[in-house]
Amino acid sequence: MNRKYMTVIGLEVHVELATKTKIFCGCSTQFGSAANTHTCPVCTGMPGSLPVLNKQVVEYAAAVGLATNCTITQYSQFDRKNYFYPDNPQGYQISQLYSPICRNGRVEIETENGKKDVRIHEIHMEEDAGKLIHDEREDTSLVDYNRSGVPLIEIVSEPDMRNAEEVIAYLEKLRLIIRYLGASDCKLQEGSMRADVNLSVCDAGSARFGTRTEMKNLNSFKAITRAIEGERARQIALIESGNKVIQETRRWDDHKEYSYAMRSKEDAQDYRYFPEPDLVPLIISNEWLDEIRAKQPELRDEKRIRYQEEYDLPDYDIDIITGSKHMADLFEATTAICHSPKKVSNWLMGETLRLLKEYEEDPEDIRFSPENLAKLIQLTDQNVINSTIAKEIFEVMYTEDIDPEKYAADHNLTTVSDTDALRTVIERVIADNSQSVTDYRNGKERAIGFLVGQTMKAMQGKADPGTVSRLLRELL
Amino acid sequence: MKHEISDETIEYIGILAKLELTDAQKEQAKRDMGSMLDYMDKLNELDTTEAEPMSHVFSAHNVFREDVVTNTDMRDAILQNAPQTKDGQFKVPVTI
Repeated sequence: MNRKYMTVIGLEVHVELATKTKIFCGCSTQFGSAANTHTCPVCTGMPGSLPVLNKQVVEYAAAVGLATNCTITQYSQFDRKNYFYPDNPQGYQISQLYSPICRNGRVEIETENGKKDVRIHEIHMEEDAGKLIHDEREDTSLVDYNRSGVPLIEIVSEPDMRNAEEVIAYLEKLRLIIRYLGASDCKLQEGSMRADVNLSVCDAGSARFGTRTEMKNLNSFKAITRAIEGERARQIALIESGNKVIQETRRWDDHKEYSYAMRSKEDAQDYRYFPEPDLVPLIISNEWLDEIRAKQPELRDEKRIRYQEEYDLPDYDIDIITGSKHMADLFEATTAICHSPKKVSNWLMGETLRLLKEYEEDPEDIRFSPENLAKLIQLTDQNVINSTIAKEIFEVMYTEDIDPEKYAADHNLTTVSDTDALRTVIERVIADNSQSVTDYRNGKERAIGFLVGQTMKAMQGKADPGTVSRLLRELL
Repeated sequence: MKHEISDETIEYIGILAKLELTDAQKEQAKRDMGSMLDYMDKLNELDTTEAEPMSHVFSAHNVFREDVVTNTDMRDAILQNAPQTKDGQFKVPVTI
């Protein structure tokens, strides 16, 4: 008989916070600068330098904790995690072990099997490490400390997920909440969101979980899904061949679709954690906590309800628009200018989603401004351009955020409203298409469509099809 | 001395601390660490049920910086601390 297995998954998610400066010094966190240009004695671990905590890091961490239903630890501290590695110039990482800033939270996820809660064990603050690049030719390693000291929060879940679908739903939910809060851009590819997957398998229904492994180097949802499936299969194969799963850290290779054991990691006790003597305790008073709570922006669930009441949009539109903070902001700003929520929504649901898919982009990457989208809608409403031309202009706007009014004028795309000119063209179309004219006069209503099409073609699309149709009927 | 540090323990601590010790230094380290643990035993004899745990000697708390960039590019000065450099980076032995 085939044994049935249950996969048990917990996640450690690292998120780089969107602060302007590092967690313990006044160096910039800007991504993509020349190596080591954002470094100082603190973030390169020079003797005698002292860290000072960035207040914004605490506020972002607490905001994420509140939005994920955590209890905020009002008396918290930092601890030293000691290990030697060249990306860690101090010889220790400042983190939180004994009193993480947030505990006991939960987020609700929704998959095809319905809704469920994933519990959050804790969220703690810590500093990121530098970046190591292996120099193949000289067989040395090069270190860039620009990332050293960039603030991170690590969100540790309970082992509440059972398959890749739930893991992705959990990550998408976290990402949405954090983006709504503006606490991070959460880009997996750029490493501002990183997930380590703890996975074990056991007999279905068993109360005792199996031995787990930890997988690192997962930088897309697809890689995470493949890694979960690959690791589940590897562990089941081990169990079925009478072997044991060893607790270890493994590195996922997405090209080879296999995980490899990394060099055995030190045990927790080997990190010799102790309270960080260079940083004083952190006390979050009730007043401060209230201030942070008051500053929380409207999150998705509240936004959904407001959209239903305020804009009268279909639930489908609301789900998609509020599924991205940037798209929701764009929708609201555009609607505030043109006062046509349904039309704004149609542009987002239709052409925007189509182009996002075509360019393989994320709604957060949308570049066109609310002003230009509102203008495009108004130009169409006023028949200055017709809807076909509007779509053409929108494609340019999507990539270059051009002013649609100026673009239409510059490219001679505005609708010809001069009825006399239009009449002349229509008369020619009628003369050239006697068969269709006869068909129409014999009661074939469809023939008018052909004649409208011919006129639009002759006008190079720069006419209002409604007006053309009306004039045609008059002349016939 | 109550606490005896085994050869394996001193070997392992040497690995964690990235230190290579001579046999004489190992013996010395074993004696030093043993007596440290003995001293901890002594401290453990004290009744501390009424004492607040303390990790800092100062009563200060909440010392913050605002999130404002105050440092400018000081790469040249920072790189003077590197054993070797290449392309504006610290050059170190290969690590896995």
